[in-house]
Amino acid sequence: MVIVGAGLAGLTVAETLRAEGYAGPITLLGDEPHGPYHRPPLSKGYLLGETQEAQLVMRAPELLAKKNITLKVGTGVTAIDRAAQRISLADGSTLDYDGLALCTGSRLRPLPLAGADARGVFGLRSLADSRAIAAALETARNVVVIGGGFIGLEVASAARKKDKAVTVLEAADRLMARVVAPLISRFYLDLHSGHGVDVVLGAMVSELVVADGHIAAVKTKDGREFPADLLVVGIGILPNAEIAQAAGVECSGGIVVDACSRTSDPAIVAAGDCTARRMADGTFRRLESVQNAVEQGKSAAAALLGRDREFNAAPWFWSDQYDVKLQMVGLTAGFDQVVTRGEPKGNKFSTFYYKGGKLIAIDSLNQPAEHLTGRKLLDKGVSPTPEQAADIAFALAGLLG
Amino acid sequence: MPKVTYIEPGGDEVQIDVPVGWSVMQAAMSNGVEGIEAECGGSCACATCHCYVEGELAAAVPAAAEGELAMLGNVVSERKSNSRLSCQIKMTPELEGLVVRFPDAQS
Repeated sequence: MVIVGAGLAGLTVAETLRAEGYAGPITLLGDEPHGPYHRPPLSKGYLLGETQEAQLVMRAPELLAKKNITLKVGTGVTAIDRAAQRISLADGSTLDYDGLALCTGSRLRPLPLAGADARGVFGLRSLADSRAIAAALETARNVVVIGGGFIGLEVASAARKKDKAVTVLEAADRLMARVVAPLISRFYLDLHSGHGVDVVLGAMVSELVVADGHIAAVKTKDGREFPADLLVVGIGILPNAEIAQAAGVECSGGIVVDACSRTSDPAIVAAGDCTARRMADGTFRRLESVQNAVEQGKSAAAALLGRDREFNAAPWFWSDQYDVKLQMVGLTAGFDQVVTRGEPKGNKFSTFYYKGGKLIAIDSLNQPAEHLTGRKLLDKGVSPTPEQAADIAFALAGLLG
Repeated sequence: MPKVTYIEPGGDEVQIDVPVGWSVMQAAMSNGVEGIEAECGGSCACATCHCYVEGELAAAVPAAAEGELAMLGNVVSERKSNSRLSCQIKMTPELEGLVVRFPDAQS
């Protein structure tokens, strides 16, 4: 078995294959210089020095060896020959496979402006990125973040904790617009403003001002100019689907997989950020999350062993900004009713999203237990009425039986 | 480095030197101890690193904060008086010899 990509999804495939009794050779190929590591802290504790680099390592190297999993780092894959069941590596060698798992992850969406490669301009995806931003934060004075999504806002939060002047430029009319309701966006606007971040909504970035090869300022279409000696671009990621596409594996904004992580090729599975899952209604769903990497990884390993394991749990995510933990479960798309449970002013509340009277998603702020209850409700298809959800005296867990 | 003894669901004991500042969860995950999932990676967000702190040193572990206590209400295996989330126990020299047991199920 060969696994391309040594992130959380790839590691999960490898370890699940072993846990499920597969005894043959497993090769885990990573293109970064290190083995599997935790990415979530890269935009949180690691930037602040609270999480040490050694703590990011997911598995001690000797542990993988003990499980007879061969990890090869710094190894890019250039092509898949599906007829021969053979992949080509960047170093010119080849590797035969019986089963192939594509866990190729994603890369930063580039900012299509001149100057995006200037010194002082960073994206945040890898350990190397985070290391570079952490170093630049030491001396930076004016930090500008393009993109008011999770990554951008977590970086803004970290930069404020380091007492830097921080500006967030968001193109939409509210923060995290892709995932949360206006009420939550409003809460986070107030949260960041309250911590001294200058949040600019509807900001159309038009020009990067570069002086002596280093970022100096960011201009917006309305003529404003924001001085910057550190610019972090957080405008999303793109799935690494190219080698699959070139090999003729079906792709549609990602490597197309079913609920069991199977691709259009029976010998190939895929898991994690690189996938686009075909849903029952024919649409494609891309999830960029820890849970997706783990669940699809487990399904992919099962599929390689000829077993069906559907990933049906409700999607969940989280984001840490300042002292507020935002936990989301379900997908809010198409909601027609929102109910608030708890008191927003106390930084502890949840919002319940309904569509046609049915609960579809819950966002919880500093309510981890309620989030877990919500996951169980959505997984079991149990829908409290909006009135029950809004009533903090009503015990939602009681509906689970 | 302080030593921690992990008891896996099957009863096997694993001794690990845990660097000061690391969580009991991190060292378990890094060394492949069985019986822990820690799917959120230590963010106190998933309740899948549940453990029981055994023996006298249980009293030396700083008490659980409000968030952890709330999460402990959601663990899958039985919640006992010595239940903790191992991601929230930070290693200190005082915890040399700590013994934690992982439950049969985390999710």
